[in-house]
Amino acid sequence: MLQEEEDLSLTIAHIVQKLKGSRLYSQLERQAWHQGNMLQEETDLSVIIAHIVQKLRSSRLSTQLGFQASVSLQKPEIKLESLKEDIKEFFRITGWEKKLQNAVYSELTVFPLPRHPAAPPEHLKEPLVYMRKAQGSWEKRILKSLNSMCTELSIPLARKRPVVEQKELLNKWNEMGTDEPDLSLFRPVYAPKDFLEVLINLRNPNYENGDHLNLRTHLGLIQVPLKVKYISELKDYFIELSLNTGQLGIDDATQVPPELFENEHVRLGQKVLAEQDSAAAQQYVRQGSPTALRAELWALILNVSNQPEDLLYYEQLKSNVIQHDLLVDSLIYKDVKLTASNDDYYFVFEDYLYQVLLCFSRDTSVLGHFAYNSASPPKSYIRGKLGMEDYAVFYPPNGVIPFHGFSMYVAPLCFLYHEPSKLYQIFREMYVRFFFRLHSISSHHSGIVSLCFLFETLLQTHLPQLFYHLREIGAQPLRISFKWMVRAFSGYLATDQLLLLWDRILGYNSLEILAVLAAAVFAFRAVNLMEVTSLAAAEAVLADLSTLKVMPLLQIFLFATVT
Amino acid sequence: MASKVKWVTDIEKSVLINNFEKRGWVQVTENEDWNFYWMSVQTIRNVFSLEAGYRLSDDQIVNHFPNHYELTRKDLMVKNIKRYRKELEKEGSPLAEKDENGKYIYLDFVPVTFMLPADYNLFVEEFRKSPSSTWIMKPCGKAQGKGIFLINKLSQIKKWSRDSKTSSFVSQSSKEAYVISLYISNPLLIGGRKFDLRLYVLVSTYRPLRCYVYKLGFCRFCTVKYTPSTSELDNMFVMIINFHGGGLVNNLRLYLESTRGKEVTGKLFDENGNYFAESSLWGCVCPVMNNDKHCFECYGYDIIIDDKLKPWLIEVNASPSLTSSTANDRILKYNLINDTLNIVVPNGEIPDCKWNKSPPKEVLGNYEILCDEELAQTEGAERDLRNRSGPSIGLKGSRTRETGKTALTTWK
Repeated sequence: MLQEEEDLSLTIAHIVQKLKGSRLYSQLERQAWHQGNMLQEETDLSVIIAHIVQKLRSSRLSTQLGFQASVSLQKPEIKLESLKEDIKEFFRITGWEKKLQNAVYSELTVFPLPRHPAAPPEHLKEPLVYMRKAQGSWEKRILKSLNSMCTELSIPLARKRPVVEQKELLNKWNEMGTDEPDLSLFRPVYAPKDFLEVLINLRNPNYENGDHLNLRTHLGLIQVPLKVKYISELKDYFIELSLNTGQLGIDDATQVPPELFENEHVRLGQKVLAEQDSAAAQQYVRQGSPTALRAELWALILNVSNQPEDLLYYEQLKSNVIQHDLLVDSLIYKDVKLTASNDDYYFVFEDYLYQVLLCFSRDTSVLGHFAYNSASPPKSYIRGKLGMEDYAVFYPPNGVIPFHGFSMYVAPLCFLYHEPSKLYQIFREMYVRFFFRLHSISSHHSGIVSLCFLFETLLQTHLPQLFYHLREIGAQPLRISFKWMVRAFSGYLATDQLLLLWDRILGYNSLEILAVLAAAVFAFRAVNLMEVTSLAAAEAVLADLSTLKVMPLLQIFLFATVT
Repeated sequence: MASKVKWVTDIEKSVLINNFEKRGWVQVTENEDWNFYWMSVQTIRNVFSLEAGYRLSDDQIVNHFPNHYELTRKDLMVKNIKRYRKELEKEGSPLAEKDENGKYIYLDFVPVTFMLPADYNLFVEEFRKSPSSTWIMKPCGKAQGKGIFLINKLSQIKKWSRDSKTSSFVSQSSKEAYVISLYISNPLLIGGRKFDLRLYVLVSTYRPLRCYVYKLGFCRFCTVKYTPSTSELDNMFVMIINFHGGGLVNNLRLYLESTRGKEVTGKLFDENGNYFAESSLWGCVCPVMNNDKHCFECYGYDIIIDDKLKPWLIEVNASPSLTSSTANDRILKYNLINDTLNIVVPNGEIPDCKWNKSPPKEVLGNYEILCDEELAQTEGAERDLRNRSGPSIGLKGSRTRETGKTALTTWK
């Protein structure tokens, strides 16, 4: 056993070494550099390896590898004298090495680079104190609102369902949408515009009494200094979106002969899938994913394999939902009714949304992401034991309180996966990698604050007249674009366009593209926006984004505008 | 300046009226002189009835053909399709090709159907082959889901049997004619829901045949979750009638291609990726339709797709609903009428039904030519040859050609 573990860490070290040469790694490194946390490289690497080995050791994959290794001992080609090499070779041939590589890659992508080994864990959540504080007091507000709703309606946070009710729910599991409970007293805990007010009031205390030099020139709503990319850096970062690179969403239009790009791109995609290589898939989707391959490519990138164990896990979550009734269930129900059920494209998936979101709220594995999320899961105490840590439980069990529009993170995925368990895993992975950043206060480059700042900076720098005009008439652009970004454009764009956009989120492992698109939309409607004289009129110009073609907009904004 | 088109309608729908008013047309009553009458099928029956003795003049057009029921009445549609298949088979047409199970490869787009009581014995024979199947009974003359029920036992339709002992006591009305079709028991489900697809086809003339398919259609989803168990049969009404609106065909394609892959999805859509290959239907009805130069007709096709992605034509409606439930739905129907009027009333001017009814391409809007016999003939054999080479293109090309040929042989 000791031997095996050593083997595992060796293989991981090898894979990390391999990935170090890759583009992703250099990006991660650059990111670390920006944050001023560049460590001496060698220590850095060993910290990463130690961390990944630690995480993978307790994973299912590790057990499977151990099992496979012991099975392989029966094979004639495994010889005692060259045991280590033979087993490695066996792993390579049977594809287990690929699986391990994908797992390591997944860890590298999701987890932020370790800072100094001695850094406290909250630095991993958010290095800036004032951001952490702001997030903390925002959470207190949310909880207060949740608690007062509980008291007002005299509804418990959680209760066990009577057996009759359990049976009833089980029977209508597939048609929860037909149920019409009275939810008129429930209201969403908060909506994007409440959250925007919080972000507008963010201040860096270090700047409070000093010189505002940096910000005096920033005419937008966000008043904290953050490092965001200049357009030249964005061009470099999103190089695969440039004019000379083939692009699904542009070069697959009906008037373009498929021989020019599409056919070859599809062939390449099939190859990537055959190789089962996460890193290759991620690189590939930067140019867009063919509709027919998208579901599998995304699963590969997110390292979701939908094994029998995963199905079992999903069933367990489902039985947790059946057994207990939570207050958040009503919030989820209300949110789906308010958003997806009213959407012309997503209403048909209403029942899937309930299933996925209810299971999500019970999934304690989601708690893991709070290690690198500036937010912290709310705690609830057993009656009469308030404040006693021994009697604390996370509430809801996954630590995530849904807000108005939350279900729109799931809705577009219903176009890709018709098995609820797979749909569920993909959503969970998307959430813990990306979506949580859209409603947590942090300085992360994909965090919502940075996105807002990037959006305002882009507009102010590249469309100064438009920016000034809108600001003067009291239509700060962020007031319009904020909701698009918080929802990652879900429900605003046509579904095919949205999926093309999310391809790029996965491909670049970054949400920055959302800010770029938001700016590009303003650029595209600039002529009309210059004529409006009120916020309402500006909102009307930008009310319907369903006819927009995402890729041409991004391409023109990033690469075809003189800067 | 030319005088304005005078219009009448007995269907007070905003998508119609807004379109008329946009053109600056003038509303009149049916007793006055009119140029354009958008009427219900009940009205057209009266207009063309012998008693009415109404003669349309050259500057009058209406939105129905006198015998549209050949296509829209379920029993006649099935009769016409069956007759068409036989004709094609006799001719040795490639369209009539059958697979190893003796099923038509291209012409099998309507569920197995019989007429009751006329075909009762044939039905029983078919029923016994697969006794566990479910069948759907629809009264021939009614529309919009009225009088429909499901059966899965012969005893449930005993009263339609010819030798039924009780038949003499049963009043004639309860033994009215029904069509009975194999119920599509494996429908494709989206989000766990059954749905059907509505497409629109415009026929501007039957001789020569010139028809267009609308690029946009929509799916109608059941509000009740689909379960195949027969205990749920009672919910049928809800399933058929209470539809939500919305969802464009493009999204259907996106969903299918994402979840099922490109190859199977491709079979459902033609090479342009726009519509279902259902055009052979026109071959069936053409020969029996009365071509009246005052008429055009916009048909709604109801199609159900099964879980193998095979489309089944369930019904053709000559008066597709113009009621809209959502904003998208209203926009779609408004544009449908707009594009229809652009084709059948050129330039929105006083119609002259002697015109050759071949509008320029620019006015087609979202319509695409599905079949144009004149065009097919004038473009000559070269195109036909080219069309025949590719499998999918060949199907469409030869179908168009066959349609013309059959029609011509019948009409000479």
